[in-house]
Amino acid sequence: MTTVASQPKPAANSHPIAPAPEQTAGRPLRQSDDPSAVVSVRDFNLFYGPKQALFNVSCDFLQNRVTALIGPSGCGKSTLLRSINRLQDLIPKVRMTGDMHLNARPIYGKGVDVISLRKSTGMVFQKPNPFPTTVFENVVYGLRLQGIRDKKLLAERCEESLTAAALWNEAKDRLHASALGLSGGQQQRVCIARAIAVKPEVLLMDEPCSALDPISTARVEELIVKLKDRVSIVMVTHNMQQAARVADFTAFMYLGKLIELDESARMFTQPSHKMTEQYLTGRFG
Amino acid sequence: MALSKFDIFSRTKSNVAWTLSVSFAAFIIFLLLLVTGYLLVLGAGSLSLEFFTEIPSGNVVATRDAAGKVIEGIGGMKQALIGTIILIGMASVVGVPLGMLAGIYLSEYEAGGWLATPLRFICDVLAGVPSIVVGILGYELLVRPVWMGTNNAWAGAAALAFIMVPIIARTTEEMLRLVPNSFREAAIGLGATKAQTIRQVVLPAATGSLVTGVMLAIARVAGETAPLLFTALNSKYTPISLDASFPFVHVATNNAFPSLTVQIFNYATSPYVEQNKQAWAGIIVLIALIFVLNLAIRFAASRSVGKTRTS
Repeated sequence: MTTVASQPKPAANSHPIAPAPEQTAGRPLRQSDDPSAVVSVRDFNLFYGPKQALFNVSCDFLQNRVTALIGPSGCGKSTLLRSINRLQDLIPKVRMTGDMHLNARPIYGKGVDVISLRKSTGMVFQKPNPFPTTVFENVVYGLRLQGIRDKKLLAERCEESLTAAALWNEAKDRLHASALGLSGGQQQRVCIARAIAVKPEVLLMDEPCSALDPISTARVEELIVKLKDRVSIVMVTHNMQQAARVADFTAFMYLGKLIELDESARMFTQPSHKMTEQYLTGRFG
Repeated sequence: MALSKFDIFSRTKSNVAWTLSVSFAAFIIFLLLLVTGYLLVLGAGSLSLEFFTEIPSGNVVATRDAAGKVIEGIGGMKQALIGTIILIGMASVVGVPLGMLAGIYLSEYEAGGWLATPLRFICDVLAGVPSIVVGILGYELLVRPVWMGTNNAWAGAAALAFIMVPIIARTTEEMLRLVPNSFREAAIGLGATKAQTIRQVVLPAATGSLVTGVMLAIARVAGETAPLLFTALNSKYTPISLDASFPFVHVATNNAFPSLTVQIFNYATSPYVEQNKQAWAGIIVLIALIFVLNLAIRFAASRSVGKTRTS
């Protein structure tokens, strides 16, 4: 909890908020042209075939802040996260309505170049998933996709990203060894390095610690807090303590609806919604 | 501590299971040794240098001098060995890429699409078509109408490729499905296109198992006789020649083409003992050929994986 308390608090009127009429609770709805919103979501609905998975989600994810999405399994938090880089498009029969913007550029709509959109986002998955190749090739994969061929630049960016991912000291002697030979925690940090090597505008993390042991989890959490100086982070977590430790903002989702999004410090001490309070105190979920 | 009835029962069951599985494993090894040993006993005697360097001499019985020393033998199977390698090569050049592309389509593009289900079904049916049917089709659709009834290497290779494609397509599909989806998502999340993801991430991750699938298909067609009987048939002449005129290596593809399997078939069904013996030697060589091919492809694949860069 101390981590959260020590975060610089944003200006008083700057909490992004879920705007469902009964939930806005007098707080202003942030506009997508707000300079400090990296990702803004407006009236976003998502359907898997006939089944609706997200209901009128509206919120903002802020620049250089960590926002955690929490909620019981199946509440749509991963779906929301994966909608930001349109990974959810890969699922057959998926359909969305509403708007999302990444730094004021539309994510959905006609004429959106999904490939270049994804190039400006980074994603870290639940299970460490380094490609079965060397550490170096893993880290620079996104850069190669961007067409960077200059070996010196690739090496520089590799070192920079591994340093930022707190892995350089452990990995510098085995850059050209297989990434699969690393421990689970190290593999996850390779994946983080791979995601931040492309200098993404937003880093999406889908339960980045749930497959890691407690020590690796602590290291990754530390890393997340450090990384927010470089990149804005949206993370899904099952672990409420983790959200409280690392996230500046926390969003609570339930059954596909965004119930509440607030500063973590406030959310975990005095949630505005009864449902949030019940979830946080373990009465359901 | 005393064992309960249940403990004794389950221990006995466990011991019985262990004994059964070990004895069946030993039985399979015994069978393999039996077959190999039997082949060696029957064929090794005819496995001379002559076997690899000579074409059939035209004699069906070796001529011997008064002392019983061989003056002129029945020749060897050099032409058939070369012919088989060329046929496998020709069939693979067509069959491997076609089969792999179909497998990639099934696994990566249209896993549940309207075309995938019938394609998968057709592959399964084709993989089960008896090879004699492929041979007769090759004769009726290629040899007779296109080559006016002349047996030739093209038709033989086409028949073999026809057998390879469905096998490779299905194994490729199965192997690519084993690649964790998170690899694809990681690549796509970084902005890779579908084609880049397949080429740079999915295929390299599956190289080892894809090679196994291709090997199985090659081993299967290397041992095929029936499709070749009607298409390439057989020949006693070396199908390849070297000279100074472009392209320096000439392959006589437009005539009946030799192959080990048909040669073995002919010799095995011949009434002459020496030819029968050489058929056994031919089988040993065929098995060795498949084994060497297997090792060579595995070696090449492991080296290329070591060098794989995702660019």
